[in-house]
Amino acid sequence: MNDMRMDQATQEATPPGGGASPSVIDIRQLSLTFKTNDGPVFALKDVDLKVGAGEFVSFIGPSGCGKTTLLRVIADLETPTGGTIAINGLTPEQARLKRQYGYVFQAPALYPWRTIEKNVMLPLEVFGFSAAERRERAARNLALVNLTGFEQKFPWQLSGGMQQRASIARALSFDPQLLLMDEPFGALDEIVRDKLNEQLLRLWSDTKKTIIFVTHSIPEAVFLSTRIVVMSPRPGRIIDVIDCDLGDKRTLEIRETPEFLKIAHRVREGLRAGHSYDD
Amino acid sequence: MSAASSAHVGAPAGRDGSAIPVLVITALILAAWYAACLPMNSNLPQLQNAAGDLMARYQIAWALERPVLPAPHQIVVELYNATIGTSLFRQTADGMVPNPRNLSFHAWVTLSATLLGFVIGSVLGIAIAVGIVHSRTLSKSLMPWVIVSQTIPILAIAPIIIVALGSVGLTGLVPKSIISAYLCFFPVTIGMVKGLTSPDTMQLDLMRTYNGSAAQTFWKLRWPAAMPFLFASLKVAITISLVGAIVGELPTGAQAGLGARLLSGSYFGQTIQIWAALFYAAVLAALLVVTITAAERATLRAMGARP
Repeated sequence: MNDMRMDQATQEATPPGGGASPSVIDIRQLSLTFKTNDGPVFALKDVDLKVGAGEFVSFIGPSGCGKTTLLRVIADLETPTGGTIAINGLTPEQARLKRQYGYVFQAPALYPWRTIEKNVMLPLEVFGFSAAERRERAARNLALVNLTGFEQKFPWQLSGGMQQRASIARALSFDPQLLLMDEPFGALDEIVRDKLNEQLLRLWSDTKKTIIFVTHSIPEAVFLSTRIVVMSPRPGRIIDVIDCDLGDKRTLEIRETPEFLKIAHRVREGLRAGHSYDD
Repeated sequence: MSAASSAHVGAPAGRDGSAIPVLVITALILAAWYAACLPMNSNLPQLQNAAGDLMARYQIAWALERPVLPAPHQIVVELYNATIGTSLFRQTADGMVPNPRNLSFHAWVTLSATLLGFVIGSVLGIAIAVGIVHSRTLSKSLMPWVIVSQTIPILAIAPIIIVALGSVGLTGLVPKSIISAYLCFFPVTIGMVKGLTSPDTMQLDLMRTYNGSAAQTFWKLRWPAAMPFLFASLKVAITISLVGAIVGELPTGAQAGLGARLLSGSYFGQTIQIWAALFYAAVLAALLVVTITAAERATLRAMGARP
């Protein structure tokens, strides 16, 4: 069932019989085992996934299901112990060296001694952009996340939601086509989270970027995604992949519609099948 | 914002409130000191032979020329006479030379060794910390020596350093600075190892996603993150650097410096001179710490610390 779903999704992005895959992310039989003193921990086991350009894919599952680990493997922050993974045909390391993705962490991870503008400029400084280019890009991306006017503030002067928006501007500043987001709104309250979800959706449809989004919130996943990857722990694996096309112009009200509830129900069923609700 | 403004409102009140307890304790210490002057000095002939009531005996005890314990005002008078009351230079056949009767001259001799030692020690301390943070080998090989270095009593190693450096023609300022540096690199190393490793995993991973070089990670992340730790260490380092310079003046019978004044004072039973040198050293240490605190405040303010 999973495989069938994934094949459908793949076929949309891949020309039939095409050898070279245009997938942005192509993961096959990926495994990652951590060696610990208490024996091996199977963080990921036999994961298969393809993500096409412009998709918004959410990883959802309980703690320990490997969703963050999978994202970190894509970002070359963890090294898999088995299987293959390609990002635009490159290894994760090559993709990282070519700066093909922007990463948004669970916390804003802004450097507290830098102003908001300087924080957004950080990757640009590392990459050696000119001062004029840095300023222009910082201004443009801060405007994109509605933070114009806060350039000279320090992180502690901003609310948690604003800080996370600044960190998104930082990830977008060098214009990567792939955005990896690890529970970016997990620490925020529901009202702020709703607002940021709407803004993120608008940003995604405006910029046509590919976004991989880790979350443990079912409504968030259903609201944002074009596909939802349901994961389960021990060992970390994919148990369902759900297509979720609620249209480009969705607003928060969509969450009361039957279509939305149907998909949310299926996500919940998937989580239950993976024993995610067991103690 | 409201937290910041309320902190502003709170700060002056806290300062007002804290001044009174400090003054009360100071007054109590002074009272106890004055009271102790009679029993501490009662074995001296001037007091054993003195007749009269308690108050009369106290008046003698507070004005002795070579007391065991001088009264606080005697030290203040001596401090005044030995600094403002004495010219800093004197005329000799060779022209104007520093006047060894002026305590500020001695203080400068010690201070210059302190500052040089502090600079050497801090640079060395930071360099060792950078090495330890970036290399496992250095961490394993250096760290035990760093710790062992501080278990050796400084009073034992100071004469060795003075003699060893003296044999290669280095005397005066440099050996004292080396002793200061030997003492003060340690808190800097410990503080900076902590500071340079203080960035959290996310902040480090962020640099990794940018493929930042080790140098970029150091200058853009580790170094700024270590600043609060650096200043905390420097405050400790500057005071023990002063101790190192004074200790460095003791074993050789140096002619100049606060340590030399302490030593000559004890040779000749000039207790008031010893206390004056001691107080001068304490004031010097306080000024040095205040200076670093001011630098700390300015730096951290520029780095966006909450006021």
